[in-house]
Amino acid sequence: MLRIRLVEEALAERYADQEMRCPMHLCIGQEAIAAGVAAALRPDDVMFSNHRAHGHYLAKGGDVKAMVAEIYGRSTGCSGGRGGSMHVIDQSVGFMGATPIVGGTVPLAVGAAWAAALKGEDKVSVVFFGDGCFEEGVVHESLNFAALHKLPILFICENNSFSVYTRIEERQPRRPIHVVAQAHGWDAWHSDGNDVEAVNAIAIEAACRARAGNGPQFLEFDTYRWREHCGPNFDDELNYRSEHEITAGKAGDPLLRSRSKLLQDGAVSDGELDKLKEEITDEIDSAFEFALSSPVPTYADGAGKVYAD
Amino acid sequence: MQTENPIRKKTFAFAIREGLQQAMENDFSVILIGEGVPDPKSIFGTTEGLQEQFGRKRVFDMPLAENGMTGICIGAAISGMRPVMVHQRIDFALLSVDQLVNNAAKWHFMFDGKANVPFVVRMIVGRGWGQGPQHSQSLQAMFAHIPGLKVVMPTTAHDAKGMMIAAIEDNGPVIFIEHRWLHYVEDHVPETNYRVPLDKAKILHTGDRVTVAAFSYMALEAHAAAKALHSFMGIDIEVLDMRSVRPLDMDAVFTSLRKTGHLIVADTATRTGSIAGEVISRVAEKGWDMLRSAPVAVANPDHPLATSHHMSDGYYPGEQTIADAVIRMLGGDKVSGDYEQLCAALRHVGPHDTPNRSFSGPF
Repeated sequence: MLRIRLVEEALAERYADQEMRCPMHLCIGQEAIAAGVAAALRPDDVMFSNHRAHGHYLAKGGDVKAMVAEIYGRSTGCSGGRGGSMHVIDQSVGFMGATPIVGGTVPLAVGAAWAAALKGEDKVSVVFFGDGCFEEGVVHESLNFAALHKLPILFICENNSFSVYTRIEERQPRRPIHVVAQAHGWDAWHSDGNDVEAVNAIAIEAACRARAGNGPQFLEFDTYRWREHCGPNFDDELNYRSEHEITAGKAGDPLLRSRSKLLQDGAVSDGELDKLKEEITDEIDSAFEFALSSPVPTYADGAGKVYAD
Repeated sequence: MQTENPIRKKTFAFAIREGLQQAMENDFSVILIGEGVPDPKSIFGTTEGLQEQFGRKRVFDMPLAENGMTGICIGAAISGMRPVMVHQRIDFALLSVDQLVNNAAKWHFMFDGKANVPFVVRMIVGRGWGQGPQHSQSLQAMFAHIPGLKVVMPTTAHDAKGMMIAAIEDNGPVIFIEHRWLHYVEDHVPETNYRVPLDKAKILHTGDRVTVAAFSYMALEAHAAAKALHSFMGIDIEVLDMRSVRPLDMDAVFTSLRKTGHLIVADTATRTGSIAGEVISRVAEKGWDMLRSAPVAVANPDHPLATSHHMSDGYYPGEQTIADAVIRMLGGDKVSGDYEQLCAALRHVGPHDTPNRSFSGPF
């Protein structure tokens, strides 16, 4: 969680240099879901994501250097600079790709689970999406098919209650999202998404059930997006959410909660946490250094690979 | 007595908004829907204040359910409403293609004209700041391939307003494509409620040497090339702002071609299957005798656009590409004039991936 937060804060800080010239969606405030779920998975389990993918990618073990280089549009980026922030991939750790068209990767994750089932593998497939995505038809088509075939899939709905600036109440009737999945015959789970231990406990059980052949699992986690929908800044001045709401949202900071719990339990000391932060900061600094010293691609580098060889 | 004709300079985005506003004032059956329509950014300012003026029963946000909502709009359209739907990127509208192609485009035809689908779908073509493979496509030819859909691409703010009103008043589905970079461009936009036909090209620059039939943002690029060619090379090309993709105003192309004998088609899309190709094929069929040289398509290369600004630099053809194509067509080295001055005038200043210098991302 700390690593995701620090990477994204560094990205936000350096975005103003105008060298990361692509849309960028930060998950600051929502890290517990990515971290809690990824910690419940095996390295060979596969993961798909959406436009707000940095946290998922990093939690699954994605290479931070390749991600930062990708956002800088360099040849060493995880997609060779072709994708930018919204199209990250690291197949070596089972991170199968992220795309920004809402709902685009949901059926792909079901397809990956289907392939695993067809091949007799015991891995699970996981896809992250937001509350807005749940409105897409393709999600419901996927719910139906995955239940029909009892596929080893985890849907992770990160409910931050906003689609860009539009509240969920403007978009959906007042019913919990996860009960819709339940009606499709899925096991459904729901919890505070800013409590990493709760997320992790649910994810472990859900992954076990999926792996054991009990069919698809739908996990809905409530969380809060701190910053603007797209871009490095806060957007409180737009007044689409009240000061009170923002303060309350930030009070649920998963990192602070986790930190005080760990300290209270005596699991770590202040000194150890500081040291951890230092190590991560060094790692991030070297990732930026790597990105900025990486080769700059030219137009010709972006022209090929339209068809597979 | 002097007649007053003040120039009212407004942006394309403003013009879209005013067109929507006046159409909604004219007709209570006009409703506006789209992801983000009433939000603080109001679709790049094009829907600003409309919910406040017309209320929540006429101006809506919508669930992320493009295909379903398109079908719902078609249902409303055949039941007496005139919906206008907005997609912040044309790439997102791909989720609604089934409803557009199988229902909207054919309803009138397959039920023997017994019902109409008065439905405008605004789609915005992105460019710059890493819009990349899924936010920068220019898919007008794909929609134009479908009989039953009208497809328009206004270039100037003046036409954006007049064509918006005309599109809303049209009794069939109209795909209304806006290039994102045009939103910033100003033009004379009269305050009156006026219409611009959905099927007519317009001459942006008069000339007799080469015809450049250009679409959307490329019409501005062609216009800039025309001015530079006139000033530094003494060449006058005729720039047609095509404005409509379906139907194509081929009469305007042939009229110009009769004068010039040379044709360049400048498109905002990738080459294969493009509307530029369609224009050229029609000229080959019906205007062969007019041609004094092989026509040329100026279009994007046939591959998706990479996100990295390092790789997108060089992807888009522009003023210089068009000017060079004109010079080559007229004899290359044999053409006299100050080519260096022309290049200097057309040289792009500032980053290649922003519409203007004040732009600092992320959209």
